Amino acid sequence: MSSAIIKPNGIGAAAPRKEDYRFITGNGHYTDDINRPGQAYASFVRSPHAHATIDAIDFTDALAAPGVLAVLTGKDVAADGLGGLICGWLVHSKDGSPMKTGAHPILALSHVRYVGDHVAVVIAETAAQAKDAAELVNVSYGELPSVTAVAEARNPAAPQVHPEAPRNTCFEWELGDKAATEAAFKTAARIISLDIANNRLIPNAMEPRAAIGEYDKGTGIYTLHTTSQNPHVARLVLSAFVGVAPENKLRVIAPDVGGGFGSKIFIYSEETVCVWASKKAGRPVKWVADRSESFVSDAHGRDHQTHAELALDANGKMLALRVKTIANLGAYLQLFSASVPTYLYATLLSGQYDLPAIYCEVDGVLTHTAPVDAYRGAGRPEATYVVERLVETAAREIGMDPAEFRRRNFIRKFPHQTPVIMAYDVGDYEASLNEACRLIDYANFPVRKREAEARGMRRGIGFSAYIEACGIAPSAAVGSLGAGVGLWESAEVRVNPTGSVEVLTGAHSHGQGHETTFAQLVSDRLGIPIENVEIVHGDTDKVQFGMGTYGSRSGAVGMSAIQLALDKIITKARKIAAHVLEAGEGDIVFEDGRFTVAGTDRGMAFAELALQAYMGHKFPTSEIEPGLKETSFYDPTNFTFPAGCHIAEVEIDPGTGTVRVVKFVAVDDFGNIINPMIVEGQVHGGVAQGIGQALLENAVYDPQTGQLLSGSFMDYCMPRADDLPSFDVGVTVTPAPSNPLGVKGCGEAGAIGSPPAIINAITDALGIRDIAMPVTPERAWRAANGL
Amino acid sequence: MTVVAMQVNGKQVSADVEPRTLLVHFIRENLQLTGTHVGCDTSQCGACVVHVDGKAVKSCTILAVQAAGAKVRTIEGLADGDRLHPLQAAFKEHHGLQCGFCTPGMIMTAADMLRRIPKPDETAIRHELEGNFCRCTGYHNIVKAIKAASEVM
Amino acid sequence: MYQFEYHRPKSLDEVTALLARCENPKILAGGMTLLATMKQRLAAPSDLIDLQDIAGMTGISVDAKNVAIGAMTPHHDVATSRDVAGAIPALAFLAGRIGDPLVRHRGTIGGSIANNDPSADYPSACLALGATIVTNVREIAADDYFRGMFETALKENEIITRIIFPIPQRAAYQKFPNPASRYAMVGVFVVKGANGVRVAVTGAGPGVFRMTAMEAALAKNFTSAALEGIAAPAEEMLQDMHASSEYRAALIGVMAKRAVAAMLA
Repeated sequence: MSSAIIKPNGIGAAAPRKEDYRFITGNGHYTDDINRPGQAYASFVRSPHAHATIDAIDFTDALAAPGVLAVLTGKDVAADGLGGLICGWLVHSKDGSPMKTGAHPILALSHVRYVGDHVAVVIAETAAQAKDAAELVNVSYGELPSVTAVAEARNPAAPQVHPEAPRNTCFEWELGDKAATEAAFKTAARIISLDIANNRLIPNAMEPRAAIGEYDKGTGIYTLHTTSQNPHVARLVLSAFVGVAPENKLRVIAPDVGGGFGSKIFIYSEETVCVWASKKAGRPVKWVADRSESFVSDAHGRDHQTHAELALDANGKMLALRVKTIANLGAYLQLFSASVPTYLYATLLSGQYDLPAIYCEVDGVLTHTAPVDAYRGAGRPEATYVVERLVETAAREIGMDPAEFRRRNFIRKFPHQTPVIMAYDVGDYEASLNEACRLIDYANFPVRKREAEARGMRRGIGFSAYIEACGIAPSAAVGSLGAGVGLWESAEVRVNPTGSVEVLTGAHSHGQGHETTFAQLVSDRLGIPIENVEIVHGDTDKVQFGMGTYGSRSGAVGMSAIQLALDKIITKARKIAAHVLEAGEGDIVFEDGRFTVAGTDRGMAFAELALQAYMGHKFPTSEIEPGLKETSFYDPTNFTFPAGCHIAEVEIDPGTGTVRVVKFVAVDDFGNIINPMIVEGQVHGGVAQGIGQALLENAVYDPQTGQLLSGSFMDYCMPRADDLPSFDVGVTVTPAPSNPLGVKGCGEAGAIGSPPAIINAITDALGIRDIAMPVTPERAWRAANGL
Repeated sequence: MTVVAMQVNGKQVSADVEPRTLLVHFIRENLQLTGTHVGCDTSQCGACVVHVDGKAVKSCTILAVQAAGAKVRTIEGLADGDRLHPLQAAFKEHHGLQCGFCTPGMIMTAADMLRRIPKPDETAIRHELEGNFCRCTGYHNIVKAIKAASEVM
Repeated sequence: MYQFEYHRPKSLDEVTALLARCENPKILAGGMTLLATMKQRLAAPSDLIDLQDIAGMTGISVDAKNVAIGAMTPHHDVATSRDVAGAIPALAFLAGRIGDPLVRHRGTIGGSIANNDPSADYPSACLALGATIVTNVREIAADDYFRGMFETALKENEIITRIIFPIPQRAAYQKFPNPASRYAMVGVFVVKGANGVRVAVTGAGPGVFRMTAMEAALAKNFTSAALEGIAAPAEEMLQDMHASSEYRAALIGVMAKRAVAAMLA
């Protein structure tokens, strides 16, 4: 796809975004900006306890409060026969048994299992009245002991989250060749081991979750406006599993969505209740999360405890990797909870390295905390953190330059089958490492370090050579690993009689700029101005079906579907052009938006052809149907494997422990790039989230009470502008062979690659082996002063 | 309920509201100007920034009744008709926004910043953005856009 | 937020009358803490009495001896006042580091001092500079005013109108912010003036306090080195998920040394 000449607004151009105008002028339409006639408001009564029985709910006072229309509880949900929320990925333990967990009711029935769990909902005329009345709902709880940390959760005496999962163990899963790994460790000249924690994070998209459910009594059709990354999947789950409405009677619209980072993939209680309650209350029902509600009820991310060991031979060649991870799943499994610490994690443990043997065990553990699911990177950041911390530590301990140690172990021949399922198709890891070293001026780091020391600062440098897997496809492959859905994507290209084009995509944009990038592809292929292309997404009534946007999949899968639909459009258009231009189809050339007869000056613009297609005057409609509209469902042949090298330089003030990131270089191989400006923006945002994880962000539960201590921005440290440097971003390119565009995906790489680079830089600066994330000033101060 | 009147984006407006109504809710719900957003409930994220009597404030931490009689400007009133404010143009040109949710607050804060500090350097811009959170951009292109706007203003 | 009645009186007399009449009134200055607390439903006043229309409560005046700041003066005005910067630059510096620019446009010095949050910045300046807190009924020396976490010498229905800061020879403020909230995790205000050396600490303990051992050492030898080995009592410092008491105590030493170094620079 990479062409030498980049057309204005075509593939490879840094085209300004089509969607920006509405956002910079305040004309976006986020869910909370939408108001439906007669709408009422929902407020949820949430559990103040981490674990308790619900002994009684008295809502007499609430029901009598001003403006209150209804108070609904789990009993009403049960009476209406609604199902619970589901996990769409089934993982099996090493003994072959399926994962174990309890039901996930929309409103709790007998027990609450984390602080923030949904107990009841109040529907009232105004949002303030709903909140006022929610405080009047009197719930009698029988408080029970709780457990929030995985280390204690598996103690036989620990409080049980679900009776169905003894010792709070959801699964004990494994991947890789245990015997081969054990054998390799026996021959090792050197074994490097680390105990690694991957801190729990709260996604905090800037737009809090919101929903408006609406029921049309005349048609029986429900409409749900919601903050979703995948409205079709929401509709599927709400109809097929929850049973709130048949699929053909439920329209789900995800309008402008203010960031997702994974947290808006999932189907939550709140939007489910809005749909269901709209019929019961006879009014549209709106709910908008307060940020405090988001903290306790959005799915959290990460939260792993890992022991990892790397075996080396005498020459510093990697022989094997052994990993044991305990993953905190929270109180209930969310939509992809089971896949994140398993198939999205352990399959990436080979990193960029030629590792002959890997064995990984993952125990998924339930605790009295909010559900844990995919958050930007989803499993791959955890894998990268394990591998790149271990690799850097190994290099230091055998006295080898960390860049050289990596070079010695890079995979250099492709395709490469790793011991953990993945078959890497293409890559050039040394190219990105070398470019990153050049950009950060690695050779002169010692000079910078000495200069910093003269100022009383400790300076360190750290590498991270990450790999990840995107697209989350092909469908048959993920199906064999336990996915409940296929992970293809759909596209429909509609050419209008005037030659303008609408593209309906199953992908969903919530910041990624699809309206621009996808339009660039269409503009480039059809030779029409980008202004003539409209990207339509996020509405189940418009787009027939789609899998949504997560896992950095929309370029590789969603855009490939558009590419294939465009192929069909051009094929049909050439047939029509041959008739209109009275030439053989083989003589029709389509170039720069014109159909011409080879070797003549006869031709027509794409818009003229479109009009002819709809008039049907000049071609036999018995052979060629009139109109110009094509659909494609594209299923890729492999995952894509974005990879790259991040290098961080930090300076630490030993007096206070303040860590400042003074330089950050990211060199990524995303394959072909459609819009470099947008791709760089994705890297910036991802790196900021990774630096946030490494230095600032931490979701902390009180181990005794199970209360979320970091329950607001007062205590959960979001990265601010002055916490971060400007980033130096570079690219190398090996086009992906598994899709027609050669693209790989860029949405998560920043968050995947950056945390180990930061921690490697800090441990380098302080001359220590390990330090826990987030490296708060106090942690760095203690380490710097040997405390 | 109490009647609140003020000038918003040059127009005189009034509505009957509860005293507990925050300015942001008055703007969003009574005036239907939904460009001003609510991103938190602890007065930190800055998605709700508007100008009250020429100064940038968090409209989630001021009551509508407190702003009675004031001149308020929101993101909807920043452009000069169809001509974008230089900051709006710079945010678009330099990709200073992704999901767009923090953008109105970010731009209103930046407009106030450049009023007070016409030519800020990168450090000053980052310090001045202390009250505005963005989860998408890593701030890199926001800083770039504000710098670029300051150079043409 | 719960329901309340809102009042916007024009005079202090009206304020006093309202305070006497209302069941559970609260004075609304900038509202940066009060409204945030009410939004969380952690406060439920029956009435809010907004001071914004009271004449004479906003503004800064500087003479040869003092800087006087009206209680309703926003932090931004203090931070950017040439007069303050000329007389007590450390005070302007401090005001420019409260909250963020948006908070500084609304938040007031009177509100901050009346609230006496243990991690607020202004109390350290008041205590170190030996400020006088002027109310509608009396004048209170800063030494007598701050009474620990959220506690002050203010009587019920007493209203701060002005704060008078004596101009020192030199002063400096060093703040180590909580990374999440940006309140002071430790803030140290050091003053050298007519009353000798004073060192006030905010953020670290359950209310602003003076480090008398540091003051004594600096009175003898005003250098950073003089503070070597003088530690705050860790067992009396605050401890939370962000910082241990031991770390806070250590930061006091570091921030104090840096303040002294800044004063000597």
